[in-house]
Amino acid sequence: MTESLLEVRNLVQEFHTNAGVVQAVSGVSFDVRPGETLGIVGETGSGKSTLARSVLQAPRPTSGEVIFRGTDLTTLRGTRLLQARRHLQMVFQDPFGSLDPKWTVRDLVEEPLVAYKTGRKNERRQRVDDLLELVGLDPASHGRRRPRELSGGQAQRVAIARAIALNPALIVCDEAVSSLDVLIQAQVLNLFERLRAELGLSYLFIAHDLALVKQVSDRVAVMYLGRLCEAGPGESVYREPLHPYTRALLDSVPSTDKHSAATKRAPTTISGEPPSPVHPPSGCRFRTRCPRAQEVCVAEQPPMRELATGHTVACHFPLVESAGPATSGPGSRAATGAQAAESAHAPRSVRTKKSREPRDEDPYPA
Amino acid sequence: MSEPLLEVQDLKVTFPERGRQVRAVDGVSYCVYPGQTLAVVGESGSGKTVSCRAVMGLLPLAAVVTGSASFAGTQLIGLTDDQMRAHRGADVAMVFQDPTRSLNPTMRIGSQIAEAVRAHQRVSKTQARERAVALLRLVRMPLPERRCTEYPHQLSGGMRQRVMIAIALACRPKLLIADEATTALDVTTQAQIMELLLELQAELGMALMLISHDLGLAASYADEVIVMYAGRIVEQAPAARLFSRVRMPYTQALLEAIPQLERPAHSPLPVIGGRPPDLSALPAGCSFAPRCRHAADDCRATEPPLAEHEPGHRWACWHPVNGEHHD
Repeated sequence: MTESLLEVRNLVQEFHTNAGVVQAVSGVSFDVRPGETLGIVGETGSGKSTLARSVLQAPRPTSGEVIFRGTDLTTLRGTRLLQARRHLQMVFQDPFGSLDPKWTVRDLVEEPLVAYKTGRKNERRQRVDDLLELVGLDPASHGRRRPRELSGGQAQRVAIARAIALNPALIVCDEAVSSLDVLIQAQVLNLFERLRAELGLSYLFIAHDLALVKQVSDRVAVMYLGRLCEAGPGESVYREPLHPYTRALLDSVPSTDKHSAATKRAPTTISGEPPSPVHPPSGCRFRTRCPRAQEVCVAEQPPMRELATGHTVACHFPLVESAGPATSGPGSRAATGAQAAESAHAPRSVRTKKSREPRDEDPYPA
Repeated sequence: MSEPLLEVQDLKVTFPERGRQVRAVDGVSYCVYPGQTLAVVGESGSGKTVSCRAVMGLLPLAAVVTGSASFAGTQLIGLTDDQMRAHRGADVAMVFQDPTRSLNPTMRIGSQIAEAVRAHQRVSKTQARERAVALLRLVRMPLPERRCTEYPHQLSGGMRQRVMIAIALACRPKLLIADEATTALDVTTQAQIMELLLELQAELGMALMLISHDLGLAASYADEVIVMYAGRIVEQAPAARLFSRVRMPYTQALLEAIPQLERPAHSPLPVIGGRPPDLSALPAGCSFAPRCRHAADDCRATEPPLAEHEPGHRWACWHPVNGEHHD
């Protein structure tokens, strides 16, 4: 077993507002191994961006540990934190918001090198040239431009060049390609993949788009209202989701895939909207929208448990096909898996006909 | 086939910008039939929004609009503002991407809907208010009476979009244009709103136009799909056909570049280089030729016309790909 690059343990981030204490992240734990991409998916307000910032200690988490290469970042102060953070970089959604409009591309890419006093002036110049080449920009023609003279894709490449300038071990990408058009988005995604292979980078890749996260991730974690509800290898989370919320998310994704186009109009399997993070539901936070919720879900917070190799879920009633006995041999287990994958696709057309009743109850209990 | 509800012919929109002419829409023709769901997809700057706004008469005064847009026999292009107002909302209504910017933050939800009702119908304030509650019920808003007394900031994004749809439906339009109406919403909320739109469409017999950058949305919800590039329609077909037998290389490039749930992780996405052309200096021939893998000399010399090459399937390309969508 390889050692983890980043270990996050029971991370909690709370914000005090006039409305009360916003529990943005409530006890989240995960690992990122060297060279691995961990994807985190979640909807607006799930706390995924807060999680990213808490990992980088900006702002510092309320409690919990963020162990990066054996050192707990939450205990570091001042220059020691700065030194640790050069190996942890971040790429944001809006490149124009994170690049100073008055600076040239060369200056922007050189800034982290200057800030960490790396090399002499001519060495830095060479490094900037290399970095621009690496992210697919031409140092001669793009180097003198300012952000407003760049397209969205080019500006994001500049942001990536800045992030990799100091040879980091981990890059946190928060919706890093979400604002780009699909053809440019594909180019930038391919760039992330190429840099991962060439520089041995790890990514914490945060996005709301499930297909996008699948594309780049080795493992995927699903976040809902400040907690992780499921985590595991990408293929297994997407093929055999264990948490009802993951299933609902997957069912909501419109797709150009032939099969779903044939049975078009994917059904909504959950109604309502996420409750407020100021007053999250007791027990399981998804219970107010969950079709499988029972009394135990109100009373007890479901613990994270491992139901398949490396595939964990926090649910009292996970979506495990109850057809076959769990104690059968490995061969029949594989068969159950295939059935599960098949039956996950089949009932779509049936469920499409389900008409939604007007709801009388308020999904926002005050 | 029945008479088209909206027939757009050779629509052109030009914006003067710093002494140059930007051709945002360059000769677009299509029909919308009653009860149909038509999706218009394309990247930023492809002209999908501008072409619809031109039909609605919602472009800035500087825009030069030519061509024809006939709605149930009435010519919409060239109408004065007052004349247009009679059709806008009553015949064609529009829902935009950002409901927070379309709603008045200082007015209660109920008054905003009642205002839309009274703009087109001679009804009393009490009747308009009752209509507002009924409309909120129509868009499946929980507790419609209570919501009427609330302000936009008290609602979530999905709820606000439901209010916008209620306002758009106030006068029972025959055509509803949803311009990136679900783009800002989460996937689960997007699915709820799309399902609502389709249910309402069936209940009210409306035609629906979805303007979106999202091909997945078009594939999942539309009957017919139009693909735009650099102000022109480059391909049009029924949704099921377009996504299984794509012919235009641009559409194919778009389809291949979208990450798919079904695709294994880390598989490189097939991408094309370059960027859409400058709309004030379009290249001769096909606008997509500089980025196209299949481009030949004739592509750079003569612009391929949009023609119906196979029944119901139009494309504008000299060297179409042969159709199998491989993923």
